[in-house]
Amino acid sequence: MLNNQGRPTGVDGAKNVGSATGFATYTGSRGLSQVEGLIYEIGDVKRTGVDFPEVEDFESCLGGMERKEEIGLVGLSEPETMRHYTRLSRKNYAIDLGLYPLGSCTMKHNPRINEKVARIPGLSDVHPLQPISTTQGALDLIDTLAHWLKTLTGMPAVAMSPKAGAHGELCGLMAIRAALEAKGDARSIVLAPESAHGTNPATAALCGYKVKPIPATADGRVDLAAMKEALGPDVAAIMVTNPNTCGLFEREIIEIADAVHAIGGYFYCDGANFNAIVGKVRPGDLGVDAMHINLHKTFSTPHGGGGPGAGPVVLSEALAPYAPIPYVLAGEESFELVEHDVVGGKSFGRMTAFHGQMGMCIRALAYMMSHGADGLAKIAEDSVLNANYVLASLKDVMSASYDGPCMHEALFDDRFLKDTGVSTLDFSKAMIDEGYHPMTMYFPLVVHGAMLIEPTESESKGSVDQFIGMMRHLVKAAKEGETERFLGAPYNAPLKRLDETAAARNPILRWRKTEEE
Amino acid sequence: MTIYYSEDHEWINVEAGVGTVGISEYAQNALGDIVFVEVPEVGDDYAKGDEVAVVESVKAASEIYSPVTGEITAINEALEENAALVNSSPNGDGWFFKIKISDENELEGLMDADGYKKFIAGLE
Repeated sequence: MLNNQGRPTGVDGAKNVGSATGFATYTGSRGLSQVEGLIYEIGDVKRTGVDFPEVEDFESCLGGMERKEEIGLVGLSEPETMRHYTRLSRKNYAIDLGLYPLGSCTMKHNPRINEKVARIPGLSDVHPLQPISTTQGALDLIDTLAHWLKTLTGMPAVAMSPKAGAHGELCGLMAIRAALEAKGDARSIVLAPESAHGTNPATAALCGYKVKPIPATADGRVDLAAMKEALGPDVAAIMVTNPNTCGLFEREIIEIADAVHAIGGYFYCDGANFNAIVGKVRPGDLGVDAMHINLHKTFSTPHGGGGPGAGPVVLSEALAPYAPIPYVLAGEESFELVEHDVVGGKSFGRMTAFHGQMGMCIRALAYMMSHGADGLAKIAEDSVLNANYVLASLKDVMSASYDGPCMHEALFDDRFLKDTGVSTLDFSKAMIDEGYHPMTMYFPLVVHGAMLIEPTESESKGSVDQFIGMMRHLVKAAKEGETERFLGAPYNAPLKRLDETAAARNPILRWRKTEEE
Repeated sequence: MTIYYSEDHEWINVEAGVGTVGISEYAQNALGDIVFVEVPEVGDDYAKGDEVAVVESVKAASEIYSPVTGEITAINEALEENAALVNSSPNGDGWFFKIKISDENELEGLMDADGYKKFIAGLE
């Protein structure tokens, strides 16, 4: 049955669920695989989940402003509501269910000590508008986390308020823009390698810069000669991710930094892949002027539908005066939150109402302190080891895009699927049937049909071995002509193959009541 | 009337000083199902190599670079409603825009149909 949005859902539609064996059930559910419609399909606007007593002699004091028309929200009881969302959550895939190899996303385990600390009432109940004298502990925590971030990166300053990686990029580029404008040197171009995260050129464009792409070399790194050729007096900055999105360390990073500094530009480093080098390499030693740190990747706070991110930005001496407000200032006796820049100050302004994503700061600091400096370095080592184990165990049957070892993620392209009739997309869908979230696909754009696998350090050898075994099994099936299993995949998911093209061309973004209702 | 191709897989069909620009069969195939096209505005000027349009497919968003310097004289408004035209007819109804060519000498840096055929054969 199609629902009124033309989507195969609801009771009958879900008879697709599960294997083809067995009989049709009355409900469409198959044991623990229960079907669930949209909340508007199971609820009813004419019902309410809560009984209020009738109020006698009621007189509104809203002066005729009260709402007179129905707003169309469905009424559900508390158990109905709980069941709806719990059932939906059981159809989801999460890091707490299995290996989540999404490249460039660092889907690592969020240790439960983080959650315990974040729930301490003094931290979980704190409000940003409380008097400063009552939030000294929270400010101390932000200041301590800032100290860890500065120490790990070898940078003199950090802006704690940006709320995600891309927000951090924006913060970094706004600081660069402010620094250049203070010198009366407004420039118009930002360089970004072809393999850059899509957010890099988007950030530069949002800041009013024109983006010039820099090609990659045959070994997957920034083409230094082409980069030097693109440099000029109009270049404000270069944005480079290191390790880059091919999972490779940019060996010539110091030369890149020196070259951009020589023309008076700044070096923005995208810190999305910091997990591979944390505790091993200090970006400050590489000539970085600004770098965001995804607390939710490197320091394990839940993300990707599981929670908000946080993207503090470390800044060099040259950019530090332009950092946004507010920021925490450690005084001799107490902590202050600086809400207004000093007269004649250089801060580019305010990005957020308050001081940042507090819950993520707590979890990140708990992660750092429970691992210690030596533990963090071990994390980088283990994440790189796991990725290289995947690369070494699959490169005889899949096509590795570059020779040699990788950093924290292994990149393959689709040459191994040539003449099988199976695409990267089909292969990924078949992984869902095997109970895995697929890896990042079709990114980076510099290789054909990319498959980018980041196992992270969270996985045991047994877990990675099972993943490798599953991948080898699928490769064998594709090469032996079992195309059916790929083209229609996923067969074992709550819904089968979705029409992604139609979803993008004609998106139905909200539920609407149909005529007969 | 002559068709030229760029290394970025745009084609330009030149007629009386005005070029009609689109993307090649090879490009639409590589991009996959196209879901959105952003075209420039009539009257805007672009230099050769400038980002002039954007195509978004289910796989990725890609820039379209102007193969020549000139002024936009027309855009294909049908693409706004039906981006799939680029997949079904990349060389015909799926054209992007028309550009008044400032300097026809720039066309010499582009490939003819045979040259482009050899170029994409080398990419395989």
